[in-house]
Amino acid sequence: MAETAHPAEPLHGELAQVAEIAAEEAGTQDFEVALESLNQWQLAWRRYKRHRLALIGSFFLMSMIAVAVVGPIIWPYNPNDIPGVTTPGGDPPTLNPIENIFGTDFGGRSVLQMVIVGARISVAVGLFTMLIATTIGVTVGALAGFAGGRLDGVLMRFVDLMLAIPFLFVILVAARFFGGGDPVTLIVIFGLLFWPGLSRLVRALYLSLREQEFVQAARAVGVSDLRITFRHILPNALGPIVVSATLIMAGAIVTEAFVSFLNFGIRATDVSWGNALSNSKGYLLQGNWWWPFFPGMALALTVIAVNFIGDGLRDALDPRSKE
Amino acid sequence: MSSVITATAAPAAAPNLPPPADTLLEVRDLRTYFHVMDGTVRAVDGVSYSIKRGQTLGIVGESGCGKSVTALTVMRLLDIPPAEIASGSVWFKGRDLLTYTDEQMRLVRGNEISMIFQEPMTSLNPVYTIGDQISEGVVLHQKLSKKAGLEKAIESLRLVGINNPERRVKQYPHEMSGGMRQRAMIAMALSCDPDLIIADEPTTALDVTIQAQILELIRKVQDETGAALMLITHDLGVVAETVQDVVVMYAGRVVEQGSVDEVLLAPKHPYTEGLIESIPSKGKRGQRLNVIKGTVANPFNLPKGCNFMPRCPYAFDPCPAHDPRIGDASPPDVACWLYTRAPGAGPPPKLRPRVPALEVGPS
Repeated sequence: MAETAHPAEPLHGELAQVAEIAAEEAGTQDFEVALESLNQWQLAWRRYKRHRLALIGSFFLMSMIAVAVVGPIIWPYNPNDIPGVTTPGGDPPTLNPIENIFGTDFGGRSVLQMVIVGARISVAVGLFTMLIATTIGVTVGALAGFAGGRLDGVLMRFVDLMLAIPFLFVILVAARFFGGGDPVTLIVIFGLLFWPGLSRLVRALYLSLREQEFVQAARAVGVSDLRITFRHILPNALGPIVVSATLIMAGAIVTEAFVSFLNFGIRATDVSWGNALSNSKGYLLQGNWWWPFFPGMALALTVIAVNFIGDGLRDALDPRSKE
Repeated sequence: MSSVITATAAPAAAPNLPPPADTLLEVRDLRTYFHVMDGTVRAVDGVSYSIKRGQTLGIVGESGCGKSVTALTVMRLLDIPPAEIASGSVWFKGRDLLTYTDEQMRLVRGNEISMIFQEPMTSLNPVYTIGDQISEGVVLHQKLSKKAGLEKAIESLRLVGINNPERRVKQYPHEMSGGMRQRAMIAMALSCDPDLIIADEPTTALDVTIQAQILELIRKVQDETGAALMLITHDLGVVAETVQDVVVMYAGRVVEQGSVDEVLLAPKHPYTEGLIESIPSKGKRGQRLNVIKGTVANPFNLPKGCNFMPRCPYAFDPCPAHDPRIGDASPPDVACWLYTRAPGAGPPPKLRPRVPALEVGPS
């Protein structure tokens, strides 16, 4: 109390002292260094973890991939094994035997087995189509967007051409003409057809990113154009690319089912979800709902899971998204 | 040296000889045009200047006068097209950079000439650590291992006065303040021990207290490394404190050049004079600041005679018709008819009273 009664002089001195101490502390401790270093991916993972649907989706997709890889090994599929049925057209779901929990088809084969074995083709088509299409799309888009000029013109006109050809028509004709129902051929055909949309996206991203100052700065350091294209710009464009890749995966899984349903896809002796749907169509009127229902659900849930993952990634990888 | 001359087949009238050995960079009659939809912009139109080893040169002028474009032309960082280097030569260490292939030029960039950009916030790649970005140039040019590159990065960061460089190299740009990032940019520019550092408005995006520190730092590292410095700025205060020689540009031309004392204390060209008069100073307290009336010349439609004529308070007979070039005048470091007799014109009017010289002080 006595202190405050004094005129401003000592108070002034005190303040100056406090300021001095604060300045000293700031100088020695260097608070910026004290922060934990998180890179772009760690921050993205932090945001992704908060997206519950995306977490459920990733869990579901992981399990589906595990089923696809391990399932057929544990439960070998024998196309010639036709156990026979008690009900004409197929037995309904039952707990006895437990493998018929999803019912059977007209020959008494377990629908559960169909779902497990079919997962292999559906998931493989989704994943590998995504890989091929993303690789082509990113390469074409990056070269067009970064180089610009004539190369851009040629590549983008080619993309226009690809987009102008009726997509379904090409898939059906190519699948019939080259395939013979081989899953690998189908994947290659899908991969070669799914990239143009992505390449346009990548080109647009590059057109804006190449004008960024850090690109100019990298060039001023003497970094080569190829390295700038793929090492400096690509990581900055990865967010939208990853999101778009998940959409390609979902699209490819649906398209495979759809093409197989039309009997243009996987050969009838192989098991895929689309084939199961296709084979069951004659028995639907008899009330055999379980035969298309379970493979159809597996397909739908996988696609939804992939879309949730895409959604979560979009939020997580957008640098402007708020914590 | 002589082989270079025969290879470039310089016109006999003005042989394009390499400059003397102590000249690090000599830009001669450089013309950089941009061909855009509305026509051609002569962004740099016949600019010449030179820097000796270890010296500092300031390039001053308003926005759009072509000062950055000259630097980007020297670095060959412009996209061609729309840009075109219409004529001129850029002699660097006795060789003409404009004759280099892209690959040769890439080895010069960052290694022998490096650049500090205006915006420290956007000039660093957000997805890589500071250490990665500083070491990239060293790894590229000096063929060091990644580990040795990182060591070098730490060393450079220490040189630019960053505390705790061992931890800083692992940080991302978004974890640093603007001043820190500009220090990191300077560290990047220094990492390969370049002969020439081009600083394009290095302090414009920083606040005033940091500006002074960064200028001090640039001066210090330049002293220590012996590199030459080309400082591009619109801030005459920065020029006064930092450089030895000045080039004043207006509408793609050099209008005046000389040592910093000559140009700032006794400006000859009316434009330089206008720039100096428009700086607030203690002596002008309570008065309205002088401004240069009018706006920067429209690059698509430059005046026929002197580019500065429409804004010049001293314009007289020859100015609308004849275009003054630096070197025409009797003191060869100013492009103005006030100092020489234009072809077919009378003598210049009596020189007007001088403006008070720039008060150099803390800005």
